[in-house]
Amino acid sequence: MKLTDLPDSRGHFGPYGGIFVAETLMAALEELRVEYDLARNDPAFIAEFEYELKHYVGRPSPVYHAKRLSEQYGGAQIYLKREDLNHTGAHKINNTIGQALLARRMGKKRVIAETGAGQHGVASATVAARYGMECVVYMGAEDVIRQAPNVFRMKLLGATVVPVSSGSRTLKDALNEAMRDWVTNVESTFYILGTAAGPHPYPMLVRDFQCVIGRECLVQMPELTGRQPDAVIACVGGGSNAIGIFHPYIPHEDVRLIGVEAGGSGIASGKHAAPLSAGTPGVLHGFRSYLMQDENGQIIETHSVSAGLDYPGVGPEHSYLKDAGRAEYVAINDDEAMAAFHDLCRFEGIIPALESSHAVAQAKKLAPTMKKDQIILVNLSGRGDKDIDTVAKLSGITL
Amino acid sequence: MSRIGQTFIALKAHNKKALITFITAGDPGKGLTVPLMHVLVEAGADIIELGVPFSDPMADGPVIQRASERALANKVGLKDVLAMTAEFRKTNTTTPVVLMGYANPVEHMGYETFALAAKAAGVDGVLTVDIPPEESLGVSDVFKAHGLDPIFLLSPTTPESRVEQVAAVAGGFIYYVSLKGVTGSANLDMDEVAQKLAVIRKHCDLPVGVGFGIRDAATAEAVARIADAVVVGSRIVSEIETAPEGECATRVKQLVAELRRGVDAASK
Repeated sequence: MKLTDLPDSRGHFGPYGGIFVAETLMAALEELRVEYDLARNDPAFIAEFEYELKHYVGRPSPVYHAKRLSEQYGGAQIYLKREDLNHTGAHKINNTIGQALLARRMGKKRVIAETGAGQHGVASATVAARYGMECVVYMGAEDVIRQAPNVFRMKLLGATVVPVSSGSRTLKDALNEAMRDWVTNVESTFYILGTAAGPHPYPMLVRDFQCVIGRECLVQMPELTGRQPDAVIACVGGGSNAIGIFHPYIPHEDVRLIGVEAGGSGIASGKHAAPLSAGTPGVLHGFRSYLMQDENGQIIETHSVSAGLDYPGVGPEHSYLKDAGRAEYVAINDDEAMAAFHDLCRFEGIIPALESSHAVAQAKKLAPTMKKDQIILVNLSGRGDKDIDTVAKLSGITL
Repeated sequence: MSRIGQTFIALKAHNKKALITFITAGDPGKGLTVPLMHVLVEAGADIIELGVPFSDPMADGPVIQRASERALANKVGLKDVLAMTAEFRKTNTTTPVVLMGYANPVEHMGYETFALAAKAAGVDGVLTVDIPPEESLGVSDVFKAHGLDPIFLLSPTTPESRVEQVAAVAGGFIYYVSLKGVTGSANLDMDEVAQKLAVIRKHCDLPVGVGFGIRDAATAEAVARIADAVVVGSRIVSEIETAPEGECATRVKQLVAELRRGVDAASK
């Protein structure tokens, strides 16, 4: 079996993925699987999705040669895939449009979503407004504080934001709560899952909707540079921007695929969000994958400066690509990400999301080890406006 | 035959329905679980469901999630739950104990290792909420090989084709969750439940327990009229949560006795 043929019919990527949910959700997931199978083979659905990506999101997003940054870092040339220039400021919108179109196809008038950094929440609220649907967003109470501007954006767009105060009050708790809402309101409600994780068919359909990123790069890189890059780098929380850019490159075996997890205060400190770098396989939120867990199989709290990477699991396809050796996964600490954040602001005039700054930081490490005519493509998954409060606070500045 | 099967046969012989009671192990305190299990039995429970605390109880409502959080704060894990069961078995060798929880703690211990330890501790059945039959291949077999009944859920949204599929792998009893939604939700539509039970019984010989939404003698009686077993969880856990210190056992005893009266009223 080819790496690109996954998952199997029941959502397995080797030992990972699958459908690990309570019986109450099985029928809804089956309904979604059947409907998505029809949709993805329906030229009208594909055409509408592509129309929306072009005219509403503003795709294709450019690839930009970060010359000053490349000079500064020394070594390989760094190119940025500018997902930060999408409508709503991140890659998340690619997926929410796809799922909102599915929801409409299925006759669901209410959509729910979980969000960490708030990007997926904003992207969900946006499409709900665009297609005239009711929208409820679950967000960890901690994240509601950390990402106040995004909370306000969602409200402006007409969504109801529900702060979740259980557990660690972050993304995983918001996900638990969204799942509970779905179980309770399954007939009227479509759950717009924000990352390439969760029970089948979510990891597959989110990947499919996000693959537009990598497919564009396959065309744009030869146009710009005459060839494909030597390495593709993307940050990995749940892993949707990473799988979106990686997946079309999987058959290009000489392109290194490097996923960057949140190293928090450092892997050795235990305060991080890097299940692929320092976790073990387990079952959480409906699928099997690498997880951060203790000796009793309890999920442990994660730490990262970036809310969007603050998640103890990772999409199942990344676990598979890791074991298969097709992608490499590394961790970048908070400090390194912050330094890269400032680099991109100062040298390129681009304020990146703290999530994406992790990918830039890995390019900073990798570039000097490569030749000047080699190419690194970084997925700049989102813009950093939402993070300025966090950055100011860490720099000891009051806005 | 397992203790669960024997229990249902004995009840049937006396024209009685089963009362299945749930508590979360380690809630409200590590040392209070085994005494509470005995209290449940004294007050009239036929089967004990012991919740294995998990950090992310996705299918449970806020009441049971908080119980899980309290138990985790008391540092209670799967090994402790097995130790509690073994302790309970020292003085009670007849009441079936079913562990109810999520896949990950069991997966982390290893299904084979867990099954061996659970059997040795005196566990009779295991319900892993987030392992549906599709993913249970190799799991329910391992449980069965070690004499543990794999308990499965069925829900109002389960189509008939899946009822057959669940019946093929299930043991002990079928747990019908009578409401769409998480544990602890309100309202029960008895006609709808009765219709679904008829469909389940068409495909499955196992006794059927109905849970979610039962809170007093009246609802227990109504369910007992149509089901083989009445399952009560959130209501008991909520009693544990709100009981003043030192009164937990008394309150639980009163509540379970009331539920027992409701269940028995159905067979009169």
